[in-house]
Amino acid sequence: MAALRIFRKFEGLFAVYKPSGVHWKLVRDTIETNLLKELNNSPPSVPKLEVRFQALPSGKTGAAKELTMAATQLPVLATSDHVRGPRYRTLKVGVGHRLDAGSSGVLVLGVGHANKALTEFYSSPVTRDYTLEGEFGMATDDFSDTGRIIERTTFEHVTLEKIEKILAIIQGGHQKALITYSGVDLQSQEAYELASQGMLYPHNKSPPILVALRCTRFQPPNFTLEARCVNETQRYLRKLVHEVGLELRSSAVCTGVRRTRDGTFGLQEALTRQHWTASDISRAVKVYRSMVKALAKTAIAVHAGKDSQTGRQFQNTGTGEHSTSSITETVPKQLHSTAKEAAENTLS
Amino acid sequence: MFPPTMICCQRCIRMLRGRITSVFIHPSTTNATFTQQHLNIHTNTVKHTLTPHFILHGGRTSSQTTVGRSGVGVLQGFCDSAAAQLRYQVKPGGSEDLEATNVIPYEQEQTPSRKQHLTEIPALIDLDDEPHLSPLEEISNEEAIQIVVPDALAPTSSSLRAYVDKSETLTKLVQLGVDLWKLEQRRNVGSMLVRLDFQSDVAPRLLFLKDLGVQDEQLAHIITTNPFFLTENLDNMKARVSYLKSKKFSAESVASMVQKAPYLLNFSVKRLDNRLGFYQDSLALNPAKTRDIITRLPRLLCGSLEPVKENLKVYELQFGFRMGEIQHMVTKVPKLLTANKTKLTKIFDYIHNTMGIPQSLIAKFPQVLNSQFLRIKERHLFLKYLGRAQYNPVEPNYVSLERLVTLPDDLFCASVALATVEDFECFQKTL
Repeated sequence: MAALRIFRKFEGLFAVYKPSGVHWKLVRDTIETNLLKELNNSPPSVPKLEVRFQALPSGKTGAAKELTMAATQLPVLATSDHVRGPRYRTLKVGVGHRLDAGSSGVLVLGVGHANKALTEFYSSPVTRDYTLEGEFGMATDDFSDTGRIIERTTFEHVTLEKIEKILAIIQGGHQKALITYSGVDLQSQEAYELASQGMLYPHNKSPPILVALRCTRFQPPNFTLEARCVNETQRYLRKLVHEVGLELRSSAVCTGVRRTRDGTFGLQEALTRQHWTASDISRAVKVYRSMVKALAKTAIAVHAGKDSQTGRQFQNTGTGEHSTSSITETVPKQLHSTAKEAAENTLS
Repeated sequence: MFPPTMICCQRCIRMLRGRITSVFIHPSTTNATFTQQHLNIHTNTVKHTLTPHFILHGGRTSSQTTVGRSGVGVLQGFCDSAAAQLRYQVKPGGSEDLEATNVIPYEQEQTPSRKQHLTEIPALIDLDDEPHLSPLEEISNEEAIQIVVPDALAPTSSSLRAYVDKSETLTKLVQLGVDLWKLEQRRNVGSMLVRLDFQSDVAPRLLFLKDLGVQDEQLAHIITTNPFFLTENLDNMKARVSYLKSKKFSAESVASMVQKAPYLLNFSVKRLDNRLGFYQDSLALNPAKTRDIITRLPRLLCGSLEPVKENLKVYELQFGFRMGEIQHMVTKVPKLLTANKTKLTKIFDYIHNTMGIPQSLIAKFPQVLNSQFLRIKERHLFLKYLGRAQYNPVEPNYVSLERLVTLPDDLFCASVALATVEDFECFQKTL
């Protein structure tokens, strides 16, 4: 039962920092083995005793015709750890939004009953932040720098202004798509309110949508993009870098995709490779639980307040924008208003 | 009076019974011969209470119909103790009709000593020679009351758990600390263990290991890794040990080699000699150095030589090490001979092409090739970020590859990177 108590400590969501070059399944399996090791580590169980009747040699007594049986207590070996093996062999460890082998960053995992919470987490409006490292001058078949090079171009004409212009155009297209997929009438008051609060979210299946996009560093030929997106894949983001290159009459490859935030889980909470141990995971889960409790309290308060005011049904589940403060400080002007309001919304 | 099937069936029971009592009876139960007589008398009356499964299988097997064969076929080879016992008993008894059915794969691996052992106890097998009473004879109540009926064993089981408490061998093995749950997952090992006799099969081999100088705690590990040790011919193993000793391996090193590579003594002298010769010739090592690497990594004598040859070619042609360098590296870290080729290539590519370290320096610190790729990469990038990635031994602030790789994180940060562990973790999150 001690093992069960330990297992309860792991049940919850936590984030790990996946290094690049490692498949997410390997990350998941490593964590599963680490947790199993801890669970099976409990002291060996005391063997059960069983009463067995054993015949005494009646030949010696001679006179006794009846079979004499002696009751002895013997340990039942079939229940010993050497025969039964470890008690726990598999654990349900669920993985949140995937990261492919080439990319690194925050990967959300859930253990045991928290798999349910994991599905709930992703059915709520969550966005993810990425940092994309790009390099001008060449194009490859898989858009990453390790692929086969298919062309080389010049990039001397590229300037930061040009990049920002292209990014704004791409961003505009995605903004339109976001309104289409969020299922509200563009002409309505509701659409205006949601858009002004930055709370538009595609509620059904949608193609990858970039909610925000900006360039944070430009040192030719290298540049860094920051993107906040919905329903994306890492391959799509690499392709985005490639397309930015094409739009600038040059070409670009993506040298790194790094996820800096997944919903509420930011870089701060993510556990690095050395900390994928049972004790660190249980600590991270504890932090997550206290956060959920606090968010539930505020959500109830907000919900009550909103009901009295407008009675609108849309409610922020609290898993949306949490660690956005770092990104809002440097968001360019055209994005600033929406992001700021989103941040304010969570703060209130 | 009785159909032939029935009579055959009774015969089988009689034959079986001797074996059951000798193998599965608990050590502290009454002597086998005592019950033997009474069971012989009483086969007819007891058969429904005693071991219905045995009778069922006996009947099916001996009737030799297609149904019977398929019935036996259903039983898994694993833990098919009843059928297995049956087969052993019947074979010398001379009923050829059983030969064809249910040949257990393990049978082929039987060593001569095991077979010898079986024929050595004709008293158990040749029951027909004994003057036993007819199964139809009446017995008195006093006699009947003295019959000890052993618990029925499960005829088949997917696990050894069903037999542990009743088999002396398995009980002793568990008490020794052997992980039966690991063994039962392997093919044919379960049924092999069930068939072993502790006194004649297991004990001499354990004593042999003890004589070699293997520590008590290691016995369980050896048998868990290599259960076939218990069926290997003792004389052959002694010959192999004396071969190793003739090659001037000391007694302690032989013991430690057996501990490190439990399969070592299962290989023939010819094979061991072949392996030793290969390592000595292909690496051009002197005998003392060959002995040294074999003692440190006895696995080399057990495994295939193809991957080793391939690795040597990789070092020579792909990585461009000189023969002397390869020799030095291998004597320092023997594991490089069996390391994974793709992993080696990945690490070497990073160290040589990205970090810009020449082969001559890598050859001085061969343990880098044996470490984790991610660890090397992260630490190198951290040092590079701090401006301390200086791997040239003639310049100041030299960071040796050994210190880069072998130090644990806290020591690395404190003495090499001159930063805090928190800084290193923050840096890891930017990669």
